[in-house]
Amino acid sequence: MKRFFKIWMLLGACLFLAACSGDGTWGWYVIDPSTAQGQTNIRFLVGGFWATIQLSLIATALSMTIGLLVALPGMSSNRWIRLPSRVYIEFVRAIPLLPMLFWVFYGLPVVMRSLGFPITIDAFWGAIITLAISDSAFTAEIYRSGIQSIPKGQTEAARTVGLTYSQTMRYVVLPQAIRRILPPLANQFIYIVKMSAFASVIGMQELTRRANELVVTEYRPLEIYSLLILEYLVLVLIISFFVRWLERKMGADESR
Amino acid sequence: MNADRVIEIRSLNKSFGDFQVLTNVDLNVSLGERIVICGPSGSGKSTLIRCVNGLEQYDSGGITVDGISLSAPGGVDRVRAEVGMVFQQFNLFPHLTVIENLTLGPMKARGLSRKDADALAMEYLERVKIPEQAQKRPRDLSGGQQQRVAIARSLCMAPKIMLFDEPTSALDPEMISEVLDVMVELARDGMTMLVVTHEMGFARKVADRMVFMDGGEIVETGTPAEVFEAPKTQRFKSFLDKILQH
Ligand SMILES: Nc1ncnc2c1ncn2[C@@H]1O[C@H](COP(=O)(O)OP(=O)(O)OP(=O)(O)O)[C@@H](O)[C@H]1O
Ligand SMILES: [Mg+2]
Repeated sequence: MKRFFKIWMLLGACLFLAACSGDGTWGWYVIDPSTAQGQTNIRFLVGGFWATIQLSLIATALSMTIGLLVALPGMSSNRWIRLPSRVYIEFVRAIPLLPMLFWVFYGLPVVMRSLGFPITIDAFWGAIITLAISDSAFTAEIYRSGIQSIPKGQTEAARTVGLTYSQTMRYVVLPQAIRRILPPLANQFIYIVKMSAFASVIGMQELTRRANELVVTEYRPLEIYSLLILEYLVLVLIISFFVRWLERKMGADESR
Repeated sequence: MNADRVIEIRSLNKSFGDFQVLTNVDLNVSLGERIVICGPSGSGKSTLIRCVNGLEQYDSGGITVDGISLSAPGGVDRVRAEVGMVFQQFNLFPHLTVIENLTLGPMKARGLSRKDADALAMEYLERVKIPEQAQKRPRDLSGGQQQRVAIARSLCMAPKIMLFDEPTSALDPEMISEVLDVMVELARDGMTMLVVTHEMGFARKVADRMVFMDGGEIVETGTPAEVFEAPKTQRFKSFLDKILQH
């Protein structure tokens, strides 16, 4: 309930500021839904939603896959199998998102070409690859702690009834660990949604990019960025509502 | 090699870091033989039987189970197919029902159909006398029932050898006998068994041979009649005095 209160507060503040637009210091007219120009602008800004969501969803799905592939060898008892996974996680965590984005977008195609794989990476996939890699270090750790929370006896029992390593993971360990893995993974989705704003820098037409473009033509940064923040707020609050629900459901399952 | 000999353990050594857990352990087990292993806490009993199905790795020496060397390529998997194991903490799969606990191995590792696996599982649940619990979750069962489910789960894989690691230590006293009864029956059916337990009544009833371990070594072996009558070593004698007292 408190969360909704905050939204209404913000909306109220916006409306109040909009009311001041007559005196010339405010320019809420740029996003005034009662005028044709305001409607066009709003439609342009809100049009970035789909790209942001698409970007975040695909990046999250990729990150979840990469994270699992990194986490599993990271738990091996053999240190040489463990090592690459540890190195990957430490490495990726250390690199800031923006430089990585530049490197993937401008540098990776060059590397691939020189390796004999001439590919082009557009802004959409450049952003997805970067977000997925950068987030995968965190998802890997989420998998690891979730899987390690399952007692060793479970794996041992599974192996003694003849299951292979992957069958043990699939039928015994992961179904039990999922309760501890899913809520934090959903939380990472929020993180990705917020980080996807960086995709604007390489020209991806998502929420932030559209706001930037409109600011350039309308010269109303305060009003436009306020709406931008509101857009993220709505998006993130909806997702976090879902995360809470998931946490409650998983928690209830556990005590069953 | 003696054709009858299903487990051969030769001068086994193992340490955890600097700590030597097993020192030159030799033990041979014949088909159908029931062996009870006892010894003070930390003497290496669990480690020894966990080496037999590859849950622990050893540093030197060798183990051969039913002619398969554990160190051969794929040896561990082949040995595990012959060896069942029952743990002190049951280690049932809490997210599955009792019958699903039993059918998981047969279906995934043996490729049985659900129908065949269910029939097999019910047969073994009858044998451990809890067919009516088939659809429950493990946590809704008493400790004694859970351990019987664990035994049935192992039996579903038709093992040639069964390992028990203190199967009754985690149980309330009134549930111990229901589990031991199942084990006695298993012994009567001719199962080869390696049992770590301090239940001396059980040992007397079913053991062909007792193995006493202390400090990572096998200190003494003998038939129950021999050792209960007159243990050869002072260490075994004082151990028996201690556990038979209470
Ligand atoms: N994974 C491990 N890492 C380090 N030390 C271990 C490990 N497992 C066992 N040990 C040590 O090895 C020794 C033997 O352990 P083991 O479990 O085989 O003894 P045990 O005879 O089964 O004792 P208990 O009657 O308490 O079950 C103990 O001192 C124990 O602390
Ligand atoms: Mg033990």
